[in-house]
Amino acid sequence: MSAPLIAARDLTLRLGGKVILDDVNVEITAGEIVTIVGPNGSGKSTFLRALIGAVRPSSGKIERAPGLRVGYVPQKLAIDRSMPMSVRRFLGLPRRIKRAEADQVLERAGAPGLGDRQMTDLSGGQFQRVLLARALLERPQLLLLDEATQGLDQPGAAAFYRRIEEVRQELGCAVVMVSHDLHVVMAASDRVICLNGHVCCQGTPEIVADAPEYRALFGTGTKGALALYRHRHTHDHDHDHDHAHDHSHEDVQA
Amino acid sequence: MNLLDDFLVRAALAGLGVALAAAPLGCFVVWRRMAYFGEATAHAAVLGVALALGLGLAVMPAVLGAALLMALAVSAMTGRGFAMDTALGVMSHTALAAGLVAVTLLADVRLDLMAFLFGDILAVTRWDIVTIWGGAALVVALTAWRWPALLLSTLNPDLARAGGIDPRREELVLTLALAVVVAVALKVVGVLLIAALLVIPPAAARPLAATPEGMAAGAAGLGATSALGGLWAAFVFDTPTGPSIVCTAAVLFVLTSLVGGLRKRG
Repeated sequence: MSAPLIAARDLTLRLGGKVILDDVNVEITAGEIVTIVGPNGSGKSTFLRALIGAVRPSSGKIERAPGLRVGYVPQKLAIDRSMPMSVRRFLGLPRRIKRAEADQVLERAGAPGLGDRQMTDLSGGQFQRVLLARALLERPQLLLLDEATQGLDQPGAAAFYRRIEEVRQELGCAVVMVSHDLHVVMAASDRVICLNGHVCCQGTPEIVADAPEYRALFGTGTKGALALYRHRHTHDHDHDHDHAHDHSHEDVQA
Repeated sequence: MNLLDDFLVRAALAGLGVALAAAPLGCFVVWRRMAYFGEATAHAAVLGVALALGLGLAVMPAVLGAALLMALAVSAMTGRGFAMDTALGVMSHTALAAGLVAVTLLADVRLDLMAFLFGDILAVTRWDIVTIWGGAALVVALTAWRWPALLLSTLNPDLARAGGIDPRREELVLTLALAVVVAVALKVVGVLLIAALLVIPPAAARPLAATPEGMAAGAAGLGATSALGGLWAAFVFDTPTGPSIVCTAAVLFVLTSLVGGLRKRG
């Protein structure tokens, strides 16, 4: 096995005297898709923020491969109406980019032709795709997504996950996604990590869904069910973007 | 050149300098919802003036120091669990009141308090103009240099960190620039109206702009227009200059808001 792109070693994090993350050990290797699930307040977002260096570990450390390029899609980005910001200008922060480069990356993220629009005028799905486009600009080796489908309806979320899968194939980047949306975990996940302050269990989506730790955490809300999106290329759905993806989805009870 | 031309030209130059410095910074004040923060920093200037008079220091550096201290104190207070508006309410009015008390206690100093509260642009000296333009150049250079990092930190601190930018450092840059603007604007519009000069021109430029850069440029243009228009109005109607400048800016704000509203409908 190759050296990990990024690894949390004995990562412990306290905020205001409260232990948020307790002795977390996670390794992410090149090209894999990892989904982190956990209830609200389980430290999922904090874990991602620790990976990008936004919060300092209380003990333990984050090891990064030298020169690692990271793309980050934050949980929410509230752009105040007082700030005029076109999509193209947003993509050019902090590094100015050429018009063609912006158009190309928007295409790749599934949001073609949005360059001249104002960020505040975008729909939820378009906004997420623009955030994804920005994260893809530096051709990341590691893509981190924090609740990227929040506010999208289920077909919208499924379309977004499908796009992430395609991006992974195109760029070969590793993907780490955080989700509390237990009904929609990507079938393409190589690994699911169940986090609740510490790593409860991990493995393939099916293994995690059967794990007693997972059922103990989510048992009441979802009856222990982990729903997977499967893609079958049969018919069209219209989404809030210009082109339709061919797919259907079915819930698989594990 | 006769005397009349001379003091009006000096006043115009001073007003233009302050308008240019306040424009890019004022945009961040609007975007980050720091209007009250700007006001608190400005109020601290009175304390700076009192300090300068009491200790026999030059006014400008003392004001700069007081404004900086105020900004840092407010940051420290909000870090200790006070709500931002409470921290500002305590610090801002304490600084203003303490400054006024201190100035009055220095009984042997004959001081035109009104000049500090509302500015006295018609009394600027050549040396004032040098300091104003020096400060303006510093602020414009600082914001231009840090522009992309400042923008990204304002949008989302985590996004900034992921891009290798430290948002706290950028915040410090803004705080420093704010103190400089307060120090140079003191003589032109006075402590009570500095915040107006920071907030109104960017707010007026907002409906006309599609990018942050456009808004900053628009704010500079509208700020300069307000300074010159206010000066002209003060001269013609024999009104106080500082408030006339702010009133002109307010009129421009109403006009651009109307234009923006019409555009949206059309």
